[in-house]
Amino acid sequence: MKIAITATGNQEDSLLDSRFGRCTYFAVYDTEKKTTEFFKNPNKESASGAGPASVQFIASKGAEKVVCGDFGGKAKSLLEQLKIRMVVLKDPKKTIGEIIQLLNK
Amino acid sequence: MGVPPVDKIGWNPVSGSQHEEIVLLNYEEYETIRLNDYEGLCQEEGAVRMNISRPTYTRIYSSARKKVAKSLVENKSLLMRSGKVYFDRRWYHCKNCGCWFDRLNTEEEVKNCELCGSADIESFGSPDVKIEGSPGIQ
Repeated sequence: MKIAITATGNQEDSLLDSRFGRCTYFAVYDTEKKTTEFFKNPNKESASGAGPASVQFIASKGAEKVVCGDFGGKAKSLLEQLKIRMVVLKDPKKTIGEIIQLLNK
Repeated sequence: MGVPPVDKIGWNPVSGSQHEEIVLLNYEEYETIRLNDYEGLCQEEGAVRMNISRPTYTRIYSSARKKVAKSLVENKSLLMRSGKVYFDRRWYHCKNCGCWFDRLNTEEEVKNCELCGSADIESFGSPDVKIEGSPGIQ
């Protein structure tokens, strides 16, 4: 399964990004291959529609689950339609690496 | 966080003397009005969405419209209480890692956190399971 995680940077020690639509990077973790790829978020500077556009983006990378600090309303309803599971983590100090460790349990 | 769904309390008439008596709308009744009149779905589609038969949907919708009309005509407050309801999406809170995660309404029971796998989870904002004069849902 592929899991998207919003990130403030493109390293495993980067922190989880609290925003979804306009996060800086998306980390996509493959639970089978145990690999992580980082993608720059093309919608970061979008004036509007960043939420739905970011949903499309992670869906195109095959994500079935997404971890973020919070989701906006438009993103939520689209994620629900695409049946992508949402995980909200309010802890601002978690790194991508730590989240991946949790997912591996 | 925005989700789970916010508790709607009700609507009051703006003018005229308000009756003490109120009109109680179930969540299912509210939902049929939302799907039919607000979203513009037809009854077949609405029934599918709510996972009930079309005749049941029609009965609920009919009941809902009567209540709304009564509220308007008799100048009564319209209040909403939750009836027996299963939300499409439900949120859970993990006491181990502190995250919230959602699960779509599935047959299988939700036992473990979607992030850390812990079984120390609780359902967050689950709806009241009470039937309030709702015409025959489950």
